Amino acid sequence: MWSETNYKIRKIKERLIIALTVVAVILAIVPLASILIEVIVRGISVISIEFLTSPPGIIGQAGGGIANAIQGTFILIGLSSLIGVPIGILAGIYLAEFGDNPIGRTIRFLSDVLMQMPSIVIGIFVYVLVVLALGRFSPIAGAIALSIIMLPIVIKTTEESVRVVPSTLREAALALGLRRWRVTLSVVVATAKSGIVTGVMLAVARIAGETAPLIMTVLGSQWFFTSLLEPIDALPLRIWRLALLPYDYAHQQGWGAALVLISIVLTLNVAVRALSKMRFSRRVKI
Amino acid sequence: MEDSKEHQAGYPTFDAPNLLRKPKLIPKGDTIFLGLTVAAALSVVIIMALLITKIYEGAAPVFSRFGFKFLTGLEWNPVEGMEAYGALPYLLGTLTTSAIALIVGVPISLGVAIFLAEIAPSSIRTPLSYVIELLAAVPSVIYGLWGVFVFRFWVRDLIEKPLSTYFGFIPLFAGTPYGLSILSGGLILAIMIIPTVSAVCREVLLSVPDTQRDAAYSLGATRWEAIRIGVLSYARAGIVGAIILGLGRAVGETMAVTMVIGNAVGPSALPTSLLKAGQTMASLIANEFNEADPVSLHPSALIGVGFILLISALIINVAAQLLIYRVRAKGVVE
Repeated sequence: MWSETNYKIRKIKERLIIALTVVAVILAIVPLASILIEVIVRGISVISIEFLTSPPGIIGQAGGGIANAIQGTFILIGLSSLIGVPIGILAGIYLAEFGDNPIGRTIRFLSDVLMQMPSIVIGIFVYVLVVLALGRFSPIAGAIALSIIMLPIVIKTTEESVRVVPSTLREAALALGLRRWRVTLSVVVATAKSGIVTGVMLAVARIAGETAPLIMTVLGSQWFFTSLLEPIDALPLRIWRLALLPYDYAHQQGWGAALVLISIVLTLNVAVRALSKMRFSRRVKI
Repeated sequence: MEDSKEHQAGYPTFDAPNLLRKPKLIPKGDTIFLGLTVAAALSVVIIMALLITKIYEGAAPVFSRFGFKFLTGLEWNPVEGMEAYGALPYLLGTLTTSAIALIVGVPISLGVAIFLAEIAPSSIRTPLSYVIELLAAVPSVIYGLWGVFVFRFWVRDLIEKPLSTYFGFIPLFAGTPYGLSILSGGLILAIMIIPTVSAVCREVLLSVPDTQRDAAYSLGATRWEAIRIGVLSYARAGIVGAIILGLGRAVGETMAVTMVIGNAVGPSALPTSLLKAGQTMASLIANEFNEADPVSLHPSALIGVGFILLISALIINVAAQLLIYRVRAKGVVE
């Protein structure tokens, strides 16, 4: 059946497919390039000391800034890390060290399902659970929602980095007469530390940009933080509200806020990359 | 260090009965530590259980008032005395935008994955896969901002105008090109699922053993034939898992879609044409949540839409996880 023309057709087909995959790569990269260029070009002209240090001005009038939104984002990151990181690390340790049983497998499965849960659903959940109970929007509700989003990410990365710690290290420590919990904390977790830090940073990068769950938990505000029980602002929320306003200055401020947010998120991601390059263990996939 | 005392007391005397005493072998510290980790791990179970019950609780008023009609109704009216809530247009809107996202996004993701795993020279493999993974890190509200002020005009001028000029007589493409449409929503979702789907597909392809490729080549296959026969067919289950994962992301994605879909409400939100404004379940919730009057049924109706979204996401993600677990157990991924 082999013939010269048949082979030529097959060769042409091969070339065509390879060309198509290159087209696919270009199609995938164009949006990223465009987003980065637009955010930098349109955002940089707005950035000024005033923009970064003052709260929003009167709606409809140019001026004012996003300082309260930046403050709010950092408060939310801090609060949700306070809740999500310790629980996530402990749960990850459980799954890696003691989780080789039906309970462990169930928890791992549920954690994977929770990781893919739409963030707006988690927002609604916290609205019913916390906002309705307290009768108000608050940073506490926002932090609970964001910590639920963090949790599965921290669990997964902790589990995978604890798992790759060689068992000879554990055995050596146990042979020295250390208790199991001492071995886990002082030897295993210490060895897996950079992996765990990477996971926490990835989780922070993820929640820093979350918008949907904040709509129904912290609401947004024009003012700086006053109390844990009053609505606050956050960068992603501010970007959304600015984009919806029918004013040019608001759109420009939106791009400026986007530049600040994307800088935070991408810095975290690049730092994660640098960190994981430094250690020998394989990178953990989210 | 309560246990260091026995070691300091010089040479240990081997006291056999001592070793057999059970309480010594299960020291307190270990129990406490194990308890802490178990409690932390169980929090996931508690969250999942509460998530489902609490959202159902919040939606109960509207479910008991409208029953099955909530799922099949078209009207959406929060005005007091005329309240009517039907979620069908938004359910269909989510289905349509997700379908567009998969139809457009999956072939591109597969192309990217094949290029990265099989074709690209190793010098550009790592940087390129890194760049594509960065796309996944961009917050969805920034996709939305870019969508409203940049991408919208690309869709309007490059896709919608030609479509409506040449195919406007087909109902699917009827309407004025405006750029804020179901098509824009679907396309921005396609862009957003590409990093997820292509990263998982690439992983699946890389885990296909080289013997598969070698066997195909030894039969005289061209490169593409080796990929198709040796690699893609072998990796099929994993690729399906990746696609379902992408579907899960598309169904739940909120901000970017909200900003470009045009936000129609009621019967006009039915996705009868790709070029008209629509609404997904997630975008409806994001848009109306802060405007809902707490004493009306409106918040409950939005939570009800959230419940439908939760159940859809749950089904999709459980299916994806089970598929990926099965593939992993077979040794195809990792």
